[in-house]
Amino acid sequence: MAISNTMRSALVAAALGAATATLLAAVVIPPWTQTASAQNAAPAGAVSIDNFTFTPQSLKVKAGTTVTWNNKDDIPHGIASSDNAFKKSKALDTDDSFSYTFTTPGTYQYFCYIHPHMVGTIVVEAATGSNATQ
Amino acid sequence: MSGRTTKPTQDELLHDHNHDGVDRRGFLKCMAWAGTGAFCVIRGGVLKSYALSRLPEMDPKEMAGELSFAQISDSHMGFNKAANPDVAATLKAAVDKINGLAVPPEFLLHTGDISHLSKPEEFDTVDQILKSAKPQDVFYVPGEHDVLNDDGKQFLERYGKGSKGAGWYSFDKKGVHFVGLVNVLNLKAGGLGTLGHDQLEWLEDDVKHLKHSTPIVVFAHIPLWSVYPEWGWGTEDGAQALTYLKKFGSVTVLNGHIHQVMQKVEGNVTFHTARSTAFPQPAPGQGPSPGPMKVPDDQLRTMLGIANVTFKQNEQRLAIIDTPLKA
Repeated sequence: MAISNTMRSALVAAALGAATATLLAAVVIPPWTQTASAQNAAPAGAVSIDNFTFTPQSLKVKAGTTVTWNNKDDIPHGIASSDNAFKKSKALDTDDSFSYTFTTPGTYQYFCYIHPHMVGTIVVEAATGSNATQ
Repeated sequence: MSGRTTKPTQDELLHDHNHDGVDRRGFLKCMAWAGTGAFCVIRGGVLKSYALSRLPEMDPKEMAGELSFAQISDSHMGFNKAANPDVAATLKAAVDKINGLAVPPEFLLHTGDISHLSKPEEFDTVDQILKSAKPQDVFYVPGEHDVLNDDGKQFLERYGKGSKGAGWYSFDKKGVHFVGLVNVLNLKAGGLGTLGHDQLEWLEDDVKHLKHSTPIVVFAHIPLWSVYPEWGWGTEDGAQALTYLKKFGSVTVLNGHIHQVMQKVEGNVTFHTARSTAFPQPAPGQGPSPGPMKVPDDQLRTMLGIANVTFKQNEQRLAIIDTPLKA
């Protein structure tokens, strides 16, 4: 994985004893800096509720993504996890929204607890990989 | 599915339903009508139902049954979107219809969605408007809009005195046994309305000792029968509830939720959904969603008008007669 490769590089550099403090800093600090900036611009996902339908029906996001549901119907809706994986929303009136940050990878089935025939899925993938180290 | 639909006159529609399921064609034709409520008379165990809009012109003798009551539903107080910006006014109009009856109903049934967002002031407004109804006894069951954010706690505090569990109860009036059921709580993903094990057990016990000749009226918000599962219009364990009622000669099931009249007769059971006092909803599958249906302003009250229904026990036929308030 990229992070461990970077860390390994740093360790190797240190072990060689040839690297100066400046070089260590140059190698080690950037990943931390990048992580911090990634948190500042937290990834976001959006689900629209329109005509008693979640769009997209299935949303794929990276772990750490905040998903926001927005109700565009003339009727209230409510978001609830099918297996209580997250706390349900209050009833969302027209133009109300509900957000939840998915930190753990997995597949999250949810539904409208007012109109339970409305179902949707959030697929949360690990945040590691290209995203974390770019 | 088999059913026969005929159209004897321009404002009358007869449906024969002899088997399970819904006659889709007849069902969709029913959707041409909308109204504010139904007025019911039980005479000798047979329940007849009339549209409120047609009541003033009816013969009082015809309506003077052994027991009369009216059903209103889906007042959605707090709703203010285009489909009806003034749901208080249309609820008042429904009350006026009730008060205009030649034979005043002895009590009212409200089959849920009293409020739109379970807000205290919404319930207060409905309570206030219904105070002007001649019948002062109102029996409620909750709709899903009445139990938001607190799993029905507020509803129980307001309307659930003497009820069991989440608010179910029964009572007797002049030999008729009424059962109010709650099927809007603990809904599951992908599912329909739910009664749940505890309520089913209570129901079985509640009717166990009644004579088979006792007329039964069951009322609940979501239709107990499978009207249109694609839009969630049904109750997943409704069939189980009906098994406890099989022995009775006359069973009438009154529901709301779908904001339109829908009827079915199956054996000794007559199913009937009432119109909303707030806004119409599309016929099953006849729109992108079951949301509020916007009609031209001058048509709204036309759609809040007029259906009159005659139930005949032991004849597998029911008649729906419609006369719009405005032609």
